[in-house]
Amino acid sequence: MSDQPLLRAGSISKFYGPQAGCLDVSFELWPGEVLAIVGESGSGKTTLLNCLSTNLAPTSGTVEYRMRDGHLRNLYDMGEAERRFLLRTDWGFVHQNPADGLRMGVSAGANVGERLMAVGERHYGNIRGQALDWLGRVEIAANRVDDGPRTFSGGMRQRLQIARNLVTSPRLVFMDEPTGGLDVSVQARLLDLVRGLVADLGLSVIVVTHDLAVARLLSHRMMVMKSGRVIETGLTDQVLDDPREPYTQLLVSSILQV
Amino acid sequence: MIDQHYNFAYLDEQTKRMIRRAILKAIAIPGYQVPFASREMPMPYGWGTGGVQVTAAIIGADDVLKMIDQGSDDTTNAVALRGFFEKTAGVATTSKTADATIIQTRHRIPEHELTADQTLVYQVPIPEPLRFLEPRETETRKMHALEEYGLMHVKLYEDIATHGHIATTYAYPVLVYDRYVMDPSPTPKFDNPKMNNCAALQLFGAGREKRIYAIPPYTKVVSLDFEDHPFEVQKFEGLACALCGAKHVYFDEVVIDDHGGRMFTCSDSDYCEERRAAGHVGEQPDFMSSETGSGGKTEHAA
Repeated sequence: MSDQPLLRAGSISKFYGPQAGCLDVSFELWPGEVLAIVGESGSGKTTLLNCLSTNLAPTSGTVEYRMRDGHLRNLYDMGEAERRFLLRTDWGFVHQNPADGLRMGVSAGANVGERLMAVGERHYGNIRGQALDWLGRVEIAANRVDDGPRTFSGGMRQRLQIARNLVTSPRLVFMDEPTGGLDVSVQARLLDLVRGLVADLGLSVIVVTHDLAVARLLSHRMMVMKSGRVIETGLTDQVLDDPREPYTQLLVSSILQV
Repeated sequence: MIDQHYNFAYLDEQTKRMIRRAILKAIAIPGYQVPFASREMPMPYGWGTGGVQVTAAIIGADDVLKMIDQGSDDTTNAVALRGFFEKTAGVATTSKTADATIIQTRHRIPEHELTADQTLVYQVPIPEPLRFLEPRETETRKMHALEEYGLMHVKLYEDIATHGHIATTYAYPVLVYDRYVMDPSPTPKFDNPKMNNCAALQLFGAGREKRIYAIPPYTKVVSLDFEDHPFEVQKFEGLACALCGAKHVYFDEVVIDDHGGRMFTCSDSDYCEERRAAGHVGEQPDFMSSETGSGGKTEHAA
């Protein structure tokens, strides 16, 4: 890990009218680190993620990102063109519902190739080669490359979405409930895959989840949110095994044991 | 006969000024779709209301107008719109490409090379090249503004993945002046190379979608493609026009009997007549002689 943070959030607040989505959130994310944001529904996890990923402008606060040239830049000072370019090259965003992150009307190969074409790749053979390579890495059979995502199962769609995001070798990936809506065995496979990819590629990941098992498996560090505020942060095993705040204790004790 | 109940060329002068302003803006930003306050016209959408409004805005009493539909001067749409301008503007009309100053077209660019004193007006049904890839208009406008055209290649990728080659044959996307991706309306891609560096001004009007865009004279127009799947026009190997014997032109297929008989003729009727007048003959030169007789003349309607 480098000694300089990749992303730095400085007291982000987002208000929806008088209602606060998230309040005064500050943290730093280091290269190669997986950070989980956990909390119950309505605790402001997704609002925070959208503010960080420039999908939603925060009411106040700053989000700084270290560009490939090593300079830390405030995302909301950049032009929209530069921000969108960042979003489709150096970043990835994995939606909870794959239909939000995929182009459902075009084939799996085109879904993976879109980002390559967006950054100027104009050689069909190369695009297809990379698409096939990535489908292989997310365990989708090569003969499905020309099939549309509508013919894929939920787990396959989610893996396709991950491939589509990783094809431009991003350094930071946002994930919003990546395992939501998947059954447990598919979840386990997906988590295994994501863990392998993150380790191989040295990705930084911010993953939002209400599922503490996902946080335990994937993340190095976690933040617990309640009513828009971060109430506890720490190493994942530390927070889960020895929760300090009463609310975190409640969360941890709510996990069903089988 | 000009009808005195209408203003010259049907539209009122304020409307024409509004359209001219949109046209000037379109010419200043090649390939950019300029919104304009499209009017109700006395014909249904899909019949060329956009092209008619553009023509009405630029036409003068001295202009000579040619109307083509699918390359031909004597199909319904062309006849109806030619009659419209004869009635409301009283201008001279012609079927000869070389004689016209304004050519309004649906689908084809004439085979005859266009000159600097001519204007080509296209009737456009869907001006947005990204329409079927990205349904949100706000998003497509942003993509144009930020030059995010990767998605256009996704369509071409899909073509190759499905058909083994780029199977788009009409409305083939082009990049205008290295900046805006533009839909050349439903012209066959056979005509795309004619748009590049064309001497004539090219104006595009979409009535229902309320957009005008333009390619100024001598502007670079490049058809999008992949390095390993370069753009190419349709080739009609072994085909020749049955009437005039022309090769390497765009053809109409004409069914001539109930037993599967068919013939191919030039889609551009004026080009075909010109060649026949110059003495070129095809395999069935007399086939259409009983039906034709209207083409080839320049008539003044006033």
